[in-house]
Amino acid sequence: MQTARIVITGVGLTAPNGNSLAEFRQNLLNGVSGVEHKEVRYMGIQPAGVCHYDPLKYQKKKELRVGTRAGSISIYCAREALADSGLDFGARPTDRVGIYIGCTEHGNVETENEVFAISKFGYDTKFWSHYHNPRTVANNPAGEISLNLGITGPAYTIGAACAAGNLGLIHAAQMLRLGEVDCALGGGVSESIHTFGIFAGFRSQGALAAHPDPKKASRPFDKSRNGIVVSEGGCLYVLERLEDAQTRGAKIYGEIGGYCVNSDASDYVLPNPTRQADCVRRAIAHAGLQPRDIHIVNTHATATPQGDIQECEAIRAVFGEGCPDTYINNTKSFIGHCMGAAGALELAGNLPAFDDRVVHPTINVDELDPACALPGLVLNQPKRVGRVDAILNNSFGMLGINSTLIVKRFVP
Amino acid sequence: MTKDECKQRVIDIIADIAPDEDLSNLKSDVKLRDQLQIDSMDFLDIVMELRKRHGLEVPEADYGQLASLDSSAEYLTPKFNALAAKR
Repeated sequence: MQTARIVITGVGLTAPNGNSLAEFRQNLLNGVSGVEHKEVRYMGIQPAGVCHYDPLKYQKKKELRVGTRAGSISIYCAREALADSGLDFGARPTDRVGIYIGCTEHGNVETENEVFAISKFGYDTKFWSHYHNPRTVANNPAGEISLNLGITGPAYTIGAACAAGNLGLIHAAQMLRLGEVDCALGGGVSESIHTFGIFAGFRSQGALAAHPDPKKASRPFDKSRNGIVVSEGGCLYVLERLEDAQTRGAKIYGEIGGYCVNSDASDYVLPNPTRQADCVRRAIAHAGLQPRDIHIVNTHATATPQGDIQECEAIRAVFGEGCPDTYINNTKSFIGHCMGAAGALELAGNLPAFDDRVVHPTINVDELDPACALPGLVLNQPKRVGRVDAILNNSFGMLGINSTLIVKRFVP
Repeated sequence: MTKDECKQRVIDIIADIAPDEDLSNLKSDVKLRDQLQIDSMDFLDIVMELRKRHGLEVPEADYGQLASLDSSAEYLTPKFNALAAKR
């Protein structure tokens, strides 16, 4: 089947360590963590990735009062991505613009807040907010973008646990190829740090990170890693068909090379390295590449003791020893786990490597876990490499959803 | 409570639910909707805040009484005073 070439022409993001691609990238190369201490309801101080973008840059105070944090992050990222792309819809109809936002979960923040609020009124539900439903519907983050920007095309979220950031991009590319839209905003967002439930859930699983220094709390592949740092964030891309991007002379960050989404079908939470390896192999085949053609593998590893080992097992199975130019890194060591935004943000952090040929490192590895030792793992210091032609981005999630997305250097 | 004090309570609520609005020249006899960017959900906010902050109930049939500051004061002042007398 002949498919249109899809390219990335704009990036908008907010990460715990940066509110633009340039700032984010600089901090990834300089080893700057964005994890800090945060007071979490019922749980006290926890390490968390907190974003510090200016919400009033693109929203009125009333929008912030009525909307959600996920909506606000989405609007910021969408506006930044569109500005970066140089696209100006002007007075043109926007019914051919699609908005596809990956989310790990949505609605927990508002529901927890409302339950807490009515607890102050003896749990009388007449004090429950009339905004609860529009805030908690699953399409809320995408819908808030459409309201803010007046975009009238399809706008919805894609629930895919922590694989969601990749799914937003993949779905955007698919809709462009199907001809459903002419421009797509795709990626992922997360407001997870504002719900205690996700922290408490991970703690109950024995999977919540703890460290006296928050900047050292997220430590994938380190022998003393002890769990996940929960973070918020967002990253949305402008995607277009190549001919449209070229017609308007757009800057092109890279081309969607290939992808795969599959399922473990084996456990609610435990990953499955065999299915993960299948996912990676199929994505590479979909891109028409061989494992040795991949120059950066950005891992999903969240710093859980078992999960990191299992992903390393999958990567070892695919790349083995025969890929001397394949380098492996991890972005969560800087920003924690941005949940629905993770895949999209982690890809963004690596995109500039097409130009500067530097692989950002995995920080906080004081003692590498031998079970996570992989050839090409870039530890603690950035590494300049010969060439970067293909970046492979892994994002996996609960209920066994796996996603791998490959972005290629754009070659006309 | 005087009607002016009652109006101020309503204005305090509006200041929170419509934070982008300039309330300094609000006209008492003009419908709030005709001079502010507020919608039906915002009116529900006024009802909710009267309930939360002041323990005052406005039945749905009476929502129209909150159309302007004057009509709000006319309707709410006796309710505030009745509530104060009970306490």
